[in-house]
Amino acid sequence: MPSTRDLRRRIKSVKNTAQITKAMQLVAAAKMKKAQDQATQGRPYADLMNKVLVSLKEQAGENTHPFFSPGKGEKTLVVVVTSDKGLCGALNTNLLRKLTQTDFGADVEYVTIGRKGAGSLARLKKNLSADFPIKDPARFLELRTVGKFLQDRFLTGEYCRLLVAFNNFVNTVTIIPSIEQLLPINTVTLGGKRSYEGMGAGEVEDASTGPVLEYTFEPSTGEVFATILPQYVNNTLYQMVLEARASEHSSRMVAMKNATDNAKQMLKDLSLEYNKLRQAAITNELLEITTAKMALE
Amino acid sequence: MAFRLEIVTPEGRAFSDEVNDVVLPGGLGEMDVLPSHSNLVSTLVPGELRYKAKDGSTHELAIGSGFAEIQGDHVNVLTDLAISDAQIDEQAVEAALSRAQERLKDSENLGAENVAAMEAAIANSLAQLKLKRKRRTL
Repeated sequence: MPSTRDLRRRIKSVKNTAQITKAMQLVAAAKMKKAQDQATQGRPYADLMNKVLVSLKEQAGENTHPFFSPGKGEKTLVVVVTSDKGLCGALNTNLLRKLTQTDFGADVEYVTIGRKGAGSLARLKKNLSADFPIKDPARFLELRTVGKFLQDRFLTGEYCRLLVAFNNFVNTVTIIPSIEQLLPINTVTLGGKRSYEGMGAGEVEDASTGPVLEYTFEPSTGEVFATILPQYVNNTLYQMVLEARASEHSSRMVAMKNATDNAKQMLKDLSLEYNKLRQAAITNELLEITTAKMALE
Repeated sequence: MAFRLEIVTPEGRAFSDEVNDVVLPGGLGEMDVLPSHSNLVSTLVPGELRYKAKDGSTHELAIGSGFAEIQGDHVNVLTDLAISDAQIDEQAVEAALSRAQERLKDSENLGAENVAAMEAAIANSLAQLKLKRKRRTL
């Protein structure tokens, strides 16, 4: 039986924990909003790129760039985007489970973005070839570096395809671990809407349905393609990382909300017990006084 | 006669206004775009973009690689970086540059991913520095 003093101590500590988790919840909510805004701001860029890509596709024929055809090698390169920090529910676990359940063929290499994924894959003794620390909020320039690295790898011809595993943010309660192909680029969907664009899908213009505009391409269609495609890949990667970041923060927000709720419930139970104990002590004392008085009479 | 110049980067719309004239660092050399240009898509190399605002003043921006789309009375510039010269801190850029080059020197000890990062950083810093330097000599 705990004493009232023990109980008071516990109540105090639970109260503190609830305060911390509440604060973390608010911070995560603000960060999630920021990641979403960031994704929205990339929209004019994506729109313009799609518009030009569609017109390019018409004029240049499709298989003019190495990014369109699978590499000669057998290997698969998988980019795993996870969070750097924990306390975000089953987010990373779900993604890694999906990863281990998917069959990528015999020869797989991994590149990680985020500390959690790097740690887990290293523990699983997977073939980890590079790890990129990306700050939060993610900057495009940082991801361009990752994009360049991945494209260089792909162009060596060792890999037949390049996949990205990330958490797709649909809304705060629905986060879907997804694996999307980054390279080779799918010519059919090029310039169209992307399937993972959870954050405000439908707002990115689907340029593949509009009228195709005629342009003069300078220096040549081939060279314009060679400039645009790496940027297209980088931007796609950037958007995926933003999705993953939004997922992380929303997942953390939900986890922290649950923690706060649990702490509140615990506080309620503990105070009830504390009050009961206090009342019992008072009753006992009264009883003792009364018996003592009666004994004297 | 004026036309609309828009500069978009993955992180947002960096610039959007009516201008009278814009000079772009095109893949085939500098390119001056005036109103009523024919429809054109051109690659851009990292360098400086100059435009003449409606009030006649000239402004400069450092941009990264990308492309420009000219269509009707719109010029859209798509690039991964756009910084106006007021935003450039020359000393910070120089420090970044020397740091990157220093690290690139012993690139044998670095992984491929670090080398790629360094090369990109150097190209960006150089473009910014060039713009700032040029501005001063005027």
